[in-house]
Amino acid sequence: MVLISYYRYRKFVEWANWAGMLLCITVSVFFLFAILGYVLVNGASYIDWEFLTAMPVPAGETGGGIANALVGSFLVVIVASLMALPIGIGAAIFINEFPSQGFGRTVRFLAEVLTGVPSIVVGLFAYARVVIPSGGFSALSGSVAYAFIMIPIILISAHEALRLVPDSLREASLALGIPKWRTIMGVVLPVSSRALITGAVLAISRALGEAAPMLFTAFGNSFWNVNPTKPIATVPLLIYTYATGPYEDWHRKAWAASFVLLVIVFFTSVLTRAFLRGKANE
Amino acid sequence: MARDSEATLDAMDRTLAGVKPVSARRQLVNLGDRVFYIIAKSLALLVIVLALLLVADLFRGASEAIRQFGLKFLVGTTWDPVTRQFSTLPTVIGTLVKGFIALLLAVPVSIGSAIFITFYTPRWLRPVISYPIELLAGIPSIIFGMWGLFAMVPVVRVIQIWLKAHFGWFFLFDGPAVYGVGVLSGSIILFIMITPIITAISKEILLTVPREQIEGMLALGSTKWEAIWKVALPYARIGLFGAVALGLGRAIGETMAVTMVGGNSFDLIHSLFDPVHSMASQIASEFSEATYSLYVSSLIYVGLVLFGITILISLLAQFLIWKTSKGKLALLD
Amino acid sequence: MKLKNMKAAVLLTALSAASGQALAGCPTKGVKELTGTGATFPYPLYSKMFSEYDKTCGVKVNYQSIGSGGGIRQLQEQTVDFGASDGVMDEKQKAQAKGGAVLHIPTVAGAEAIVFNVAGIKRGQLKLTPEVLAEIYLKKISNWNDPKIKALNPGVKFPDLTIAVVHRSDGSGTTFIFTNYLSKVSSEWKDKVGFATSVNWPGDVGGKGNEGVANSVKQIPGAIGYVELAYAQQNKMDWAQLQNKAKKFLDPTLEGASAAADIANLPDDMEIVITDSSNPAAYPISGFTWLLIYENETDPAKADAVAQLASWMITDGQKFAAPLDYAPLKGVAQKKAMALVKKIKANGALVMK
Repeated sequence: MVLISYYRYRKFVEWANWAGMLLCITVSVFFLFAILGYVLVNGASYIDWEFLTAMPVPAGETGGGIANALVGSFLVVIVASLMALPIGIGAAIFINEFPSQGFGRTVRFLAEVLTGVPSIVVGLFAYARVVIPSGGFSALSGSVAYAFIMIPIILISAHEALRLVPDSLREASLALGIPKWRTIMGVVLPVSSRALITGAVLAISRALGEAAPMLFTAFGNSFWNVNPTKPIATVPLLIYTYATGPYEDWHRKAWAASFVLLVIVFFTSVLTRAFLRGKANE
Repeated sequence: MARDSEATLDAMDRTLAGVKPVSARRQLVNLGDRVFYIIAKSLALLVIVLALLLVADLFRGASEAIRQFGLKFLVGTTWDPVTRQFSTLPTVIGTLVKGFIALLLAVPVSIGSAIFITFYTPRWLRPVISYPIELLAGIPSIIFGMWGLFAMVPVVRVIQIWLKAHFGWFFLFDGPAVYGVGVLSGSIILFIMITPIITAISKEILLTVPREQIEGMLALGSTKWEAIWKVALPYARIGLFGAVALGLGRAIGETMAVTMVGGNSFDLIHSLFDPVHSMASQIASEFSEATYSLYVSSLIYVGLVLFGITILISLLAQFLIWKTSKGKLALLD
Repeated sequence: MKLKNMKAAVLLTALSAASGQALAGCPTKGVKELTGTGATFPYPLYSKMFSEYDKTCGVKVNYQSIGSGGGIRQLQEQTVDFGASDGVMDEKQKAQAKGGAVLHIPTVAGAEAIVFNVAGIKRGQLKLTPEVLAEIYLKKISNWNDPKIKALNPGVKFPDLTIAVVHRSDGSGTTFIFTNYLSKVSSEWKDKVGFATSVNWPGDVGGKGNEGVANSVKQIPGAIGYVELAYAQQNKMDWAQLQNKAKKFLDPTLEGASAAADIANLPDDMEIVITDSSNPAAYPISGFTWLLIYENETDPAKADAVAQLASWMITDGQKFAAPLDYAPLKGVAQKKAMALVKKIKANGALVMK
């Protein structure tokens, strides 16, 4: 029987776990590079200025771009965020800052259940509640569908973020005579802002990439449109159409469009953080 | 935990004055507070309303199928649009198995990654690693699906053939290895998709663990890992559960990627290599082409079953949290 | 006298100017936008057609493919101006159409290739009869070296390889046409499985979309599947030669599809699935794709626009079909299609004379 000191054993455990964590992060990063690399390799040849600014061309022609889809996605997601952020963060604030036994727990529970709703079902819900009553497809109905997907994500991550703000901060602020709502807006939110943004960015990037909800709501548009009451093109739907078509040319466009989408997600993430870091420093 | 302070004060009031405790609402004296409270509460109510509307729509859409099949829908194994026989047991099992395996793989990897980023990475390096991982969360499902089909499935096929050749006697590996698409591919693609979400949120949560707690442990002579395992993780446990809940939600509801690598069959699975539909991929695949009302209604019934299963799993998770934190709560303070 | 001549001259100029503006097939009542949805099969062709239509007439037709069933449903709900489908609407679906009677106007035809992946066997080297194909899909023939396959292909070496049957996991017109064919040639298939946009397959793997099936077949050794011809060609896949009703073995081609449509007894309503066609030059797995338009429209401007669009698509628009691997309408089929377009009415009045 080998006797090693307990100390040596603990050191070994320390090292082993460090190695294990390293393995985990390596796995995550590996998949990231595998997918990003694949997207880039397959679509890079298509990415140029024309791709970003030109309209799509019909089958059989090469060239063209995704301009209408970029603008469309931008529009639909912004409107969706304007709906989802206040609702998600507001509800999270309510659950955490005004605790009321059953109600708050029910809301949180429902949010967790809602994250599991498939995006196609959300699309059908928006179809039944917005498209049918209004008589046609529209960008607005697409925004409603996206908002439905985003709200649970924002709510849960915001709730976690708020939950971790120590009560001592709240009590200090209240002790100074600052009303509760100003405490929340001026102390709790800024302190948790980084985690809030992470949740918001996760939700926005999820929305940017979902095609299924758009099938029966925003519908898609081969032409230019910025009118929210009419069908509009979105990038994920375009990717889906190109990816499932027969032509090699279309497949490359799908990869290129995916890469563009990823860059957008990345910049959204970086810019929101930089912007809010600036604000938090005020 | 720290937040019990208000409840404790109330309890003290109660015992001292024999008066009913003041609810959170009654503590608002300020007009600004009242308005804020009403706004926040309305937003929270809106979430409940949305959920109820969804459930109502699901029930309404599924009513024809419910009347036709009742609960047999959940245990039958035939899905035949031609003879109009619909039942959903194989897809329920397919969804649960793929989700479970994905979670089994994702939870250690993502929380491990989050721990690494938080505790073992110098501060300047953190954004370099964590931003790209969040980027993974933004990749459209269709891209995961295409990458999965073109790049991942051939690799999985090789692994499956090797497993069948060496361990084919084990029931899990006794299946059509050569397909490539199937339960294993579906689970792996889900694992890749939910890891970034869980990692990103777990990282934020771990970053808020107070340094004093950890430094206290270190001062007592623990190794870094022991400090993490015994202090940081228990402190953050509830938040980590929340992160995992988000990931699980994605795993169960994910459609596009799973459809492309899952094999999409309606037969009961016997091994890891069998192809099978998940409920979400089934709805998405067939909805556009569902050409008569019972068909549409049956698909919505599947959606309702999915919703029900998600509720059950969430209840289970809540129960687990309650069970595990009950005993330890006293220690944490 | 001069005034009368002047009036006549002005009238004539005005008339000729007006008719000069009314280019053949363009809407005459000011409609600038149309929305349509449905089948994915003709989507590439329609995208080309509608782009050209925009150039010719300045009218933007927005067509998105959400599947034949989706096209039927949106037409029923009247959220779009026209639908498109690879399958014929049945009585129940017609009854649920809110706008009344629906016309099925064929635009082009297509062929489906039976693709396979067997090492050493290439395009043109594999012949299959309908019975054998049905038995493969029924899982009664499960290995490539089955004697029935060997009997059809003397001289070809078949390995001992399990057949992996690939089908569509999503509902589609492609499946409708394929299963319709199998139902016609195999009574066992008809009894056990039947035909529809989605069926209870005896096995094995489901791929999403034509692309998914094509990819699965390419990756899985021993696989067999059915895809639209364009996908088989674009992916450079190997396909089988099928025996048609006249006992000839044919490759899937546009000519074969056109021939399948070129038969004597086409019904006036054109609601016919042209699988297993009697034409000796016909490729057996072929099918039309239709525009679905309400016969009795309520908005005269929209009725005019839709009728003009349909007439353009089956005449001037046909020149875009062949370059994109679609079989254009010819002869009797085209005439009957045009007759259907002329049946479109607005509030009782015929739109096109």
